[in-house]
Amino acid sequence: MIFNLPFITVIIVMFFGFYAMVFRRNLIKVVIGLDLVESAVNLFLVSLGYVKGGVAPIYTSAPSTHMVLPTPQALTLTSIVIGVATTAMLLSFCMVIYKHYGTLDTRKVRRLEE
Amino acid sequence: MNPWDLIMNNAPALAIAIPLLGAFVTPLINRAGRKAMLVWVIAVLAFTEFIALLLVYQVNTYGIQVYVFGANPHTLTVPPDSGGIPVRIIFTIDGMSAFTALISATLGLVVGIYSVGSEKFQTAQEKFFALLLLLVVGMMGMALTGDIFNFFVFLEINSLAAAALVSYHLNKGKAVEAAFKYAVVSSIGALMILFAIAILYGEYDALNMAMIAQRMYQTGFSTYDMIAMTLILVTLAMKCGAVPMHYWVPDGYGEAPGGTSAILVVASQASLYGLFRMSFTVFGLSANTSSLGWFMIILGLLSMFIGVTMAFLQHDIKRLMAYHAVSQTGYMLLGVGVGLATLGTAAFNQYGLYAMEGGIFHIINHALYKGLLFLTAGAIIYRVGTSDLNKMGGLAHSMKFTAVFFLIGAFAIAGIPPFNGFASKLMIYESVYQLNPFLAIVAAIVSMLTLASFLKVFHSAFLGPKIYDVKEVPKSMLFAMSILAFFIILFGIFPNIAIHYLVAPAAHALANPLGYITKVLGGGA
Repeated sequence: MIFNLPFITVIIVMFFGFYAMVFRRNLIKVVIGLDLVESAVNLFLVSLGYVKGGVAPIYTSAPSTHMVLPTPQALTLTSIVIGVATTAMLLSFCMVIYKHYGTLDTRKVRRLEE
Repeated sequence: MNPWDLIMNNAPALAIAIPLLGAFVTPLINRAGRKAMLVWVIAVLAFTEFIALLLVYQVNTYGIQVYVFGANPHTLTVPPDSGGIPVRIIFTIDGMSAFTALISATLGLVVGIYSVGSEKFQTAQEKFFALLLLLVVGMMGMALTGDIFNFFVFLEINSLAAAALVSYHLNKGKAVEAAFKYAVVSSIGALMILFAIAILYGEYDALNMAMIAQRMYQTGFSTYDMIAMTLILVTLAMKCGAVPMHYWVPDGYGEAPGGTSAILVVASQASLYGLFRMSFTVFGLSANTSSLGWFMIILGLLSMFIGVTMAFLQHDIKRLMAYHAVSQTGYMLLGVGVGLATLGTAAFNQYGLYAMEGGIFHIINHALYKGLLFLTAGAIIYRVGTSDLNKMGGLAHSMKFTAVFFLIGAFAIAGIPPFNGFASKLMIYESVYQLNPFLAIVAAIVSMLTLASFLKVFHSAFLGPKIYDVKEVPKSMLFAMSILAFFIILFGIFPNIAIHYLVAPAAHALANPLGYITKVLGGGA
């Protein structure tokens, strides 16, 4: 692959995700940042199992036995499902926080230290 | 096959399956009424506890147990046509796994009984209990699994269920804020673990912990292993609430409803189990265990000291206890860290193993007394309606049993005989002193500060003139607290019961990664 492009993309996407989580002040953008990091990790998993010129790992009527690795794909699927659950829960937390605080600004959502 | 054999043979799978199915059936049973739902939940938790006891018995009698999902027979770890690779998901249960599973199930049962009373007036109770069961699933799974990706999945179940439970009381949004923080932090942690798993998979082509450990040992410890190890260990140290990654602990524990804080303590200990399992079994053979051990010792010292000093500043009873939980986690890291630092040297048999036994014994003691303390805090908040120590006072007049239970917990956490905290702390002092006297001195000072802090709490909550005209808490809550108090005194007076059946097998299992690997890769006959 050209310059290990997928792995460079992983680093870039992960960087954007962490940037959003640390420097964005809106809670929903924090959740988006988390999702970006998750996508980066998923991309990393899938690209690890890629075999150049390989076909999908389905044994029945495959044109050749030169296949990509199925395990990372299974792992990625599991990770995506878990990610959906996490995102749904975090976004519903955002809704409740907005209902009670009237804002999603991280500078104002700080009633715990009182 | 009769039912008893069926349970005996499939105990590791049942330990996960029973609470998992129980969790999703709970909302359905709630249709038949609240009573039926509560009976169901307690029955499921009691059965899980029974399975956990069975696992401890099996491990103590027959040695390390393996359970291979989808294989026939279920001990066939490496199928003959797989080329020597354990292809299936394998549960590997050694002394340490059984120990952690037993604590998780026990606290699950106690908190279940407690919550019958404490959540009586809440809405959506069936969801609370379903989440409680899911949390137990997460902890049991983390303890039993021998597959590193499976570990990640159970870690996520653990985090999601715990975050949802923290938010259960809403508390004008404050609890949700704490839950948001907890969920974000643990999700990032879990993603970093997944990243590390991907690195390890790319390098060793395996997800089984034993297989990874063996191949790492054969090829030597590379830079990639170093990156993966750092990501995994730092995340797990964060999840168990070690300083300097402890910031979520006071918020999470502080805002969780009564009994839930008690089970969150055990949820953190499941991560502590993961930390020990990874550093001993997976990386222990190849990495430099001495520096890993010192990493744990330093984390432990920081946690002990910063935890207890921060606790002095708190005026919220649950936040105060949460900082003490950070501080007590330090003792476990210290004890086991000394064991890891001396692993493989002559010093290990002199005092290292003893330190590990002390640290591991402290895990179960901490679960018992910190659980009890959080339950008493929940009882106070249940009756008084505030968690602010400045607004409490005179509760010993009306809540006599709660006051006695609080004192038992407070003396146990401060390490005063004849309570269980004394037994494990003495083991830690005696052994870490031989590595470096400074460690034992810090541990002893922290213990005194803990006593001072809890005397302050007792004074401001229970003594003084009668302010609140309240009744004692419901019987189910008192019953739950009395179970924990009973074990605190039992393990304080007869520490050998716990050490002989639970702690020593756990310490020996951790110290012997080769036995674990051989059991999994040796065909599993």
